[in-house]
Amino acid sequence: MSNSSQSTSAVDQHRRNGLVLGLRWSLGSGLLALSPLMGLGLARSALAKDDPVEHMMTSGKLRTMQDMLAGIHGHALQESQLKREGIELQLSILADNGNSVPLGVSVNSPMTPESHIQEIYLLSQRNPVLVMAHLQLGPWNGKAELNTRVRLAGSQKVVALARTNKDQWLMDSADIIVTESACVDASN
Amino acid sequence: MNARLIWPKTISKGEVVKVRLLIQHPMETGYLQDMTGHLIPRNVIQWVSCVYDGQEVLRAQTSSGIAANPFFDFYVRATVTALMVVTWRDDDGQLGELRQLMTVQS
Repeated sequence: MSNSSQSTSAVDQHRRNGLVLGLRWSLGSGLLALSPLMGLGLARSALAKDDPVEHMMTSGKLRTMQDMLAGIHGHALQESQLKREGIELQLSILADNGNSVPLGVSVNSPMTPESHIQEIYLLSQRNPVLVMAHLQLGPWNGKAELNTRVRLAGSQKVVALARTNKDQWLMDSADIIVTESACVDASN
Repeated sequence: MNARLIWPKTISKGEVVKVRLLIQHPMETGYLQDMTGHLIPRNVIQWVSCVYDGQEVLRAQTSSGIAANPFFDFYVRATVTALMVVTWRDDDGQLGELRQLMTVQS
């Protein structure tokens, strides 16, 4: 735990960056064009039209939050149900290779029989398959923390959802720039 | 199919230990082509189950969104010396299993 303060500041930095990108995300496409923050986005989309390689890399359709929630079967989830607290998605800001991107989720939960995390979903905004992994946990884990490596088909938002035994849904998301997509897919 | 489980050498009773699981698997997405331009059929691990002392401690349903040679690390509260049994199944119907004894100091 000696380096915890160091890692917290790195996470804070990540969060601040996430907030800026998150703001862009929440504004909707119409307003987005007016936003001064969109400068980067405009530059990127203009580039996508001119450069065939860039276009190929960003070809996958981006899902909206509603699309992503609708893709989780067995739960009629609404965006308003999600609490943006007590859960942290650890993802780097930039990945050179989308084929293997380290990803961590930690949920603040005592993991007791009375209060624990039952499931965690890892969702991708752009991958051909929405749910990258669905993980089932319980009080026997002692700690609601997981690490894995995911594939990402281009720059996108990654969402982690956790469901408590009291049916509360916690959500965290992170934006990631992927310079080399995991798959040049044939989906569109 | 090869797999590996790693945890600390000494574990005391009641300790929450970090378990690292690595499975050797290509996790073919089905979107990539081979050298002759034919699509390589999808073959990904569908689920992984970790059972410790008869209790399923982690169940992961995985898709092509998980990198080749899937790696998971998670935590388990070690209560007794018991077997950790990891099983998984892929799209080809291949089943894999790894059994390893977790020794807990009393």
